[in-house]
Amino acid sequence: MNGWDELDRFLRTDPRDVGCDKAMELLHVYVELVARHPDAARERYPGIAVHLRACGPCNEDFEGLLAAVADSI
Amino acid sequence: MAASDRGIGENQATLASADAESAEWLRTLGGSGAEREAAVERLHAILLRVAGNEVRRRAPRLRLSGPELDDVAHQAAADALLAVIAKLGQFRGESRFTTWVYKFAVLEVSAKLGRHFWRDPGVPLEGEDWERLPGRLGFDPAERSEWHDLLAALRRAVDEELTERQRQIFVAIVLKGVPADAVAVELGTNRNAVYKTMFDARRKLRAALVAGGYLDIGIRGRS
Ligand SMILES: [Zn+2]
Repeated sequence: MNGWDELDRFLRTDPRDVGCDKAMELLHVYVELVARHPDAARERYPGIAVHLRACGPCNEDFEGLLAAVADSI
Repeated sequence: MAASDRGIGENQATLASADAESAEWLRTLGGSGAEREAAVERLHAILLRVAGNEVRRRAPRLRLSGPELDDVAHQAAADALLAVIAKLGQFRGESRFTTWVYKFAVLEVSAKLGRHFWRDPGVPLEGEDWERLPGRLGFDPAERSEWHDLLAALRRAVDEELTERQRQIFVAIVLKGVPADAVAVELGTNRNAVYKTMFDARRKLRAALVAGGYLDIGIRGRS
């Protein structure tokens, strides 16, 4: 990926983005759905999926929770 | 930003539909005496395991020693335990009880690491550090003539288009590489507010670069 793409990707915002609070509020529900049906999760919660792609800290929390759920299965 | 996804709030199962294991957690934690004490102890052990795993998962990207990491895990587990018990009535059976509980441990680890950052930031807080941006974005120094105007325009837009608050947060996160949670701690706000400010800043900056012909220009300047 070159610098143009990287900068463009970083600056591009998606109006569906629900923000951190909403994403964290439903993270436990979203994670279980992702663990079973990743595509269904993105389809059902597009605003969370979009947010996690754009928000480093929330995505880090998502990865952590997904790892915890995967460990316990 | 969107207020919510369609479907948020539509998936709240009633407690009657919670799985047997989750129902058992609710019954014992909501009970009393030795049975409740044992359940609290089990819950704490789970939170400590999840917080410990989470701290170790993040450790390679942190500048923390082993004892500091253990400390974060223990504090996160203790605070998560208090939070879970205080919010027991808010569990709505939308997920397994344990998944809901794990979230408290992960978010507590996250919050504690955000505060930890300032103990040893390793980041000079003065200056703007525009020199490091091209490298971070993956621009080749040898092709400086090709991206110089773009980054000059970005810098101009940061100066001219952003509010003081947007500029302050953009500089901290993008130019200094301060984690968003640490920025929130420093500014006495929260992650969501920092994200919203950055969201608006990103939108403005992109619009300025597109208007100036630097981005979204199809063929020109991209080869
Ligand atoms: Zn976020």
